Amino acid sequence: MRSVLVRGGRIVDPRQSLDKKGDLLIVDGKIEAISDEIGRMEEAIELDARDQIVAPGLIDVHVHFREPGGEHKETIETGVRAAVAGGITAVCTMPNTDPVTDDPAGIRFVLAQAEKAAGARVYPLGAISKDQEGKSLAAIGEMVEAGAVGITDDGNPVMNGGLMRMAMEYAKAFGIPVADHPEDLDLSRAGTMNESLNSTRMGLPGKPNISEDIQIIRDLLLSELTDSRVHIQHVSTAYGVEMIRQAKSRGVQVTAEATPHHLILTDSEVDGYNTNAKMNPPLRSSEDRDAVVQGFSDGTLCVYATDHAPHHYDEKEQTFADAPNGIVGLETSLGIGLTYLVAQGIVDLSTLVDRMSCTPARAFNLPGGTLKRGSIGDVTIIDPNVIWSVDSNEFMSKSRNTPFEGLKLKGRASKTIVGGKIVWNGF
Amino acid sequence: MGGRTGVFEGGHFLKPNVFSLGKDLVGLEDLSTDQIVTVLDTAEAFKEISERKIKKVPVLRGKTIVNLFFEPSTRTKISFEFAEKRLSADTVSVSSVGSSVSKGETLVDTARNLEAMKIDMVVIRHGSSGAAKFLGEKIPSNVINAGDGSHEHPTQGLLDALTIRDHLGSFDGLKVCIIGDVLHSRVARSNIHGLLKLGASVGVCGPYTLLPADVEKMGVRVFSRIEEAIEWSSVLNVLRLQLERMHSGYIPSLREYNQKWGVSKQRLKLGSDELLVLHPGPMNRGVEIDSDVADGQNSVILEQVTNGVAVRMAVLYLLSGGTPETAESAKGVN
Repeated sequence: MRSVLVRGGRIVDPRQSLDKKGDLLIVDGKIEAISDEIGRMEEAIELDARDQIVAPGLIDVHVHFREPGGEHKETIETGVRAAVAGGITAVCTMPNTDPVTDDPAGIRFVLAQAEKAAGARVYPLGAISKDQEGKSLAAIGEMVEAGAVGITDDGNPVMNGGLMRMAMEYAKAFGIPVADHPEDLDLSRAGTMNESLNSTRMGLPGKPNISEDIQIIRDLLLSELTDSRVHIQHVSTAYGVEMIRQAKSRGVQVTAEATPHHLILTDSEVDGYNTNAKMNPPLRSSEDRDAVVQGFSDGTLCVYATDHAPHHYDEKEQTFADAPNGIVGLETSLGIGLTYLVAQGIVDLSTLVDRMSCTPARAFNLPGGTLKRGSIGDVTIIDPNVIWSVDSNEFMSKSRNTPFEGLKLKGRASKTIVGGKIVWNGF
Repeated sequence: MGGRTGVFEGGHFLKPNVFSLGKDLVGLEDLSTDQIVTVLDTAEAFKEISERKIKKVPVLRGKTIVNLFFEPSTRTKISFEFAEKRLSADTVSVSSVGSSVSKGETLVDTARNLEAMKIDMVVIRHGSSGAAKFLGEKIPSNVINAGDGSHEHPTQGLLDALTIRDHLGSFDGLKVCIIGDVLHSRVARSNIHGLLKLGASVGVCGPYTLLPADVEKMGVRVFSRIEEAIEWSSVLNVLRLQLERMHSGYIPSLREYNQKWGVSKQRLKLGSDELLVLHPGPMNRGVEIDSDVADGQNSVILEQVTNGVAVRMAVLYLLSGGTPETAESAKGVN
């Protein structure tokens, strides 16, 4: 394999408290050296990274690639292409496929499909319960052996507290976190958006904040009780953020996500029955949004993840109640992070890289998340100055369901390198 | 009926302002006060047609209208059909009972097929909030919302307002209380938007399980006890209680609902003698309203039905490009 020499970029690696101009060399798919200047190498591909940012490969720990069963929305192949186009070098796939990824064969299938596709690395999560029915534990140990990096019943939350306790206790032996979509389905009822004046006006059944809060509290307490790791997905409520903050301060082993959409949008986006503003958990009030921003800024929500949830256009082209939950996010998350979080001073660049690379890697024990010598050669090169507009027709993803259409962003991945191979070369 | 004819004099409107309704009628939230008053005034002019021996004028001759009812309806559907026929439109009514998507066809496909048949207007009733707006965005024809989920039922809101205006003349100082299942009611939302814009005060009353979140932020007063609501009100608009609400746990039983929130003759005594009682129908006698109230002297429920035809004629006429000024001549010679 040829070496890659990235020249003259601003190298940012929070794991090494590094933020300086220099050259970076990848040899045999691994980080070989970072130096002020590395001499000319005959056999290396040279990349000019002047005025660009060189970061450890970005990791999105929450994506839905729909394969098997939903290939009209996304496949693993199109998913990993979308990822690298967004500067993401690794993803964690959710197991709510059809059939549910709840056994080692399912995990091996996802890994085999990823192997064939030239794009981001794929780390599958397996289901907590068989068929995600919340009744009995799935083959957790065998799935870990096959390559699963965590378990979750994302989208079909485990309502039975006793089973959730057992999942956490059982998973602990394998060193994996339980990823938790916190939602009390009895409190959500038929809700399709945030319960608020807006849901009342539009005549849409609402999901109250408490349907999320109450399960966040339950699962923080279960994590504390079982002394095991819990990863709270897509936190959207002010109270939920505060509960996680308190749990962290007393030493609970919790990591938690903030999504781009919960960081910058509110439930007023649903106005006019915009099905591309329909997701679960729903967009909330501006007070909740501000609390998510605060939690992201202070590190309570230490992982930036998209919940990339592709849907075919005709599935979203329905009345609000009939349209499915979810939006795509892989190709807009970095631009939104740079434009709305870094440029607005909510976090600095190094912190954004930390939340998009280092912390996600640690939360799921993934390789990468740093540019230390000997680490895997996953690197994202970012042009921080390019101004572009979100155009879903340019997406590598199979789906176009974004609420960010037309949004003007500053900053984008110009090159994405996975294992020393340039897998994305910019637009 | 204490008719209101003051806006007409010698066949002309005193206020010559034209307030077009735009392409679609989705909800009263989207209309200005002037637009609402325009519909009421135009409806006033059309009322008389239904009193004629030959109940037909050529206003919509050559126009084709589809009544698309994805939910069962008797009163609203018939009312629209009469309004259309009395204006000489060619109409087709499609009923599709059940879910939002019947026979697997999506609403957008239904819309495109209708459009391909070159129609002028669609009247839609659908179980999903936002369905009428959705349809209006997909096709160039005029779309009239005949009830979408729990969102709005604008022609009901308009006919309720017309009925109140017929009796009480003006909305200034009026207190209208909506009683019952406000949570699921499109009639409630259209009433709240319309009546607030017309200048009335609006209250809602019912068990808290059937009042939606933050409803007071819509500018309405909230009553939990019906006795207080009746004492406060000059008009009661009593909503139908869907019988399945009991099974989904919103209330313990219909009997208890009637005991605690039913509009009975006994409770009416707490209000003024002139208290008007409206109900959008169909009624559950003995549940939300007792028979002696429904059939009593305070009830204007059948006038609502009569006004429904006139209001729908007015809406069809205005959306098709008619103006209040020409409404009189459009009616033709008697």
